[in-house]
Amino acid sequence: MSRLFWLAAIPVVLAIGGVAIANRVTPFIFGMPFFMAWVVGSVLITSLVMWMVYLLDPANKP
Amino acid sequence: MNNISLLIIAASLAFIVYLGMRARRGIEMNLEQWSVGGRGFSALLVFVLMAGEIYTTFTFLGASGFAYGFGGPALYIVVYTVLAFVMSYWLLPPVWRFANAHKLLTQSDYFAKAYGSTALGTLVAVVSLVALIPYLILQFKGIGIIVELTSYGGIAPSAAVWIGAGAMTLYVVFSGMHGSVNTALLKDAVVLIVCVFLGLYLPYHYYGGLGDMFHALEEARPGFLALPEEGKNAVWYLSTILISGLGMYLWPHTFASVYTSKSEKSFRKNAAVMPLYALVMLFSMFVGMAAVMQVPGLSGGQIDLALLKLSIQTFDPWLVGIIGAAGLLTAIVPGSIMLIASSTLFARNIYLVTSPSTSDASLSRVSRVAALLISLIAVILTLRGGQSIVALLIMGFSFVTQLAPALFASLLWGRLTNKYGVAAGVCIGVGTVAYTVLAGVTMQQLFPTAPSWVHDVNIGVIALGLNIVTMLLVSAATCKVAQGSIAARLRSSPEPL
Repeated sequence: MSRLFWLAAIPVVLAIGGVAIANRVTPFIFGMPFFMAWVVGSVLITSLVMWMVYLLDPANKP
Repeated sequence: MNNISLLIIAASLAFIVYLGMRARRGIEMNLEQWSVGGRGFSALLVFVLMAGEIYTTFTFLGASGFAYGFGGPALYIVVYTVLAFVMSYWLLPPVWRFANAHKLLTQSDYFAKAYGSTALGTLVAVVSLVALIPYLILQFKGIGIIVELTSYGGIAPSAAVWIGAGAMTLYVVFSGMHGSVNTALLKDAVVLIVCVFLGLYLPYHYYGGLGDMFHALEEARPGFLALPEEGKNAVWYLSTILISGLGMYLWPHTFASVYTSKSEKSFRKNAAVMPLYALVMLFSMFVGMAAVMQVPGLSGGQIDLALLKLSIQTFDPWLVGIIGAAGLLTAIVPGSIMLIASSTLFARNIYLVTSPSTSDASLSRVSRVAALLISLIAVILTLRGGQSIVALLIMGFSFVTQLAPALFASLLWGRLTNKYGVAAGVCIGVGTVAYTVLAGVTMQQLFPTAPSWVHDVNIGVIALGLNIVTMLLVSAATCKVAQGSIAARLRSSPEPL
């Protein structure tokens, strides 16, 4: 369980980090302002993290 | 020529009603079927229902409007939604288990059962209803605006509201949740396509592409696409994400949607995909940003019109009609879910408490009559109009967030809290929110000598803080009195995380 919680902390850290280090418009990443690119990236990473959590969680093994 | 858009909108409405009413086929309708779909929805349907609940008029009009008016800060919407999805992986399965074991139908049922107090259930029901009605009114208002604009004034907003509300109420009364989930499938598909299309085409049409649009915006308004130093800055952003994220699952209709699932696995299965679904909201924001320099001058409540006005300016009536139909769906489908939740809340947690011997069949009838009445009240309030609706909605969101401490306490710290503490906490929290909104109190007024970052904190945080402190203190003070009910409650309580 605790390993899963650490994984789940990643999205939260990314959200806070977004404000600490990503609050800027330049440089543009894939055409998007940096702040927006950070948010999009965090969402994609969050999806990945939750997928990993799903695979690792013993509650999901039949 | 303008009649084409009207025709498309009218046809979509008829189709939604048909779909919604048809959903009743093959089902023995009772209160459980009506309010929570008989607890038989597969993971996919639960996904459609719950992820789809984020696609309301708020996404369609509100998010684009917010992006138009404020730029970068609008991204808080995506972030809080995604963080709430992460939370749902661990939050929803125990809630579902408890609800399934005790055959619960409403959010109030949960609190009543978890804390062993029907009075608490009724308190929560009243708070929820007060919060839900403005949300319902907002959907009706959306119907009025969308239909009026996209029919080029062909239908007056008041007529649109009556017709839209009538259509929604019709299939709610007939099919309940089954109607809502069928129409939700259609809504999600249409909104997805329309949002993505608008979000890509409009920037391309006016600027030559998304990247070009962003560069143009940065040149015209430097810093617009990130968080500003003052106003909706980083502190506002994080505190608003916190409050909104906590509150997302505490809306009574969202909470009740959890009960529709066949199994707790749905929530774990869906949690990885739902964040991607939230990205669609970005496309709505792209439209708002495109509108900044193309439809200048909208301010205040008018920012919600950005997407519609830009579309009307750009497209032929037939396409405007389709966009109008999509907007209609974003108002009617979530509205129907809110209506079902409100009526069931009233029937189970208010009416039943006053007349405990009501039979199931009668209760079912009471719910449907309540649906009619609540819909009527909401329509009348919508037509009376007034900016206070926005204030009421902000209050509504802050109200439901005050239920969060009680929810988390029931799952994590069962021994520390009891029904008195929870009730007191909710009352203090709700009272604080009502006071700050009605009296227009700001953080600046409360803490004039504090450093400026304190002033940017979302004021809901104060109410939440007072709520938690009250809950813990009163629980500790009354623990002897509540001993019996704590023991009984723990016997039937949700499993800890």
